[in-house]
Amino acid sequence: MKISDIQSLEGFACLQGEYTDTQVQDGYTSDLLSDVMAHAEEDSVLITIQAHKNTVAVSSLVGVVAIIVCSNRPATDDMLEAAREEGIAVFQTDGNQFQTSSLIAQHLASCPAR
Amino acid sequence: MSDEEQKEPLQSSLRVQELIYGLKIGEVMTKKVFAVSRNCTMRDVQQIMKSNGITGVPVVDNRRVVGFVSMNDVMTALEEGGMDEGVIARMSGEVQTLAEEMPLSFAISAFNKFSFRSFPVVSKKNELVGILTFRNINLALIRELSRQLREMEHLHEYPEEHASLELVKVYQLNRYDFENGGKASIEIKKFLKERGISLALVRRVAVASYELEINLVAHSIGGMLSFDINKDRVKISSHDRGPGIDDVEQALTEGFSTANEWIRSQGFGAGMGLPNVKRVSDEFAIQSAVGMGTMIRTVIHFKEEKQNED
Repeated sequence: MKISDIQSLEGFACLQGEYTDTQVQDGYTSDLLSDVMAHAEEDSVLITIQAHKNTVAVSSLVGVVAIIVCSNRPATDDMLEAAREEGIAVFQTDGNQFQTSSLIAQHLASCPAR
Repeated sequence: MSDEEQKEPLQSSLRVQELIYGLKIGEVMTKKVFAVSRNCTMRDVQQIMKSNGITGVPVVDNRRVVGFVSMNDVMTALEEGGMDEGVIARMSGEVQTLAEEMPLSFAISAFNKFSFRSFPVVSKKNELVGILTFRNINLALIRELSRQLREMEHLHEYPEEHASLELVKVYQLNRYDFENGGKASIEIKKFLKERGISLALVRRVAVASYELEINLVAHSIGGMLSFDINKDRVKISSHDRGPGIDDVEQALTEGFSTANEWIRSQGFGAGMGLPNVKRVSDEFAIQSAVGMGTMIRTVIHFKEEKQNED
């Protein structure tokens, strides 16, 4: 699936849309940034409830291309600003981490990037 | 110097800070030490002080420091007519020593914290190997700064071609400044990526650098992160002014964290920071002393595959 495909999923809103629309290769779900740092794969989508600037910093460092903020948690302005600078897409959804992960996993499986 | 009032740490230039973090106490201390044994008298100590122009004498037993006699102790003995008493009765028995392999910054913290004019320096085996006074520190700084100035003058006269993969950069980090935690890592990542370093290597550098950055912001009272990059490797050093780690072994254990609730709510403090740094580094060294600070040095090589996995 491509990053832009996330936006068209039900209950998803795009909070930061300035990004290069590349293929999403994988996903990672965690609210621990050190864990994301250690284990998330390049070109992944990050599913989390951590909606602040450091989420973007970690994403940028490990090559996460899109962040999905779960449970409609509000994202701070400086987070979105940082994401814009780094070209990382930010989406928001009402689903929790489990629901969102399973949804994204289905889409990744049905439209494999490779 | 008063030990009652907490001194504001001296804000020196980054170059000077680099120096005090880079130099080891062992390189700066006076190696010729005048020490006395337990059975000496205060008069013996006074003689030694007088003939060698020193203000403090460690008391040793089998090379281990068991006490310290300062000029003040001698004066008190003089006043009270106790010059013929043994040093045991008049020395301070609780001696603050410094380890020779500690960075000079720890010594500066110690001078700020305690009112002593000099500190006995001990080896890893806890044996007395030297003594450190502020004079030692001043001389070492002047010597090193002069050397650097000479180098700069030389470079100014004969500017060299800059290799593309070379960078020395120092970042200052303040306590709880999560706003800026991560900036250094992102800059360094870009620098390496632009120069064609492989993604896997860039990521290892990014992990080490980011965790160290966040550690400085979340756990220290402030410090600095410096990068020294050349064609072979990236060297990252993290130095802070305190509070220091009580049990380094424990801090390196996955899952152990002293982070407070707020830090945890930000997604940090899972006890993965230092273990992550160690995991991605080819070389890893940590030094810490409570009340003085923590220093971490890590090296990631570009060419060779990572050798040690733990």
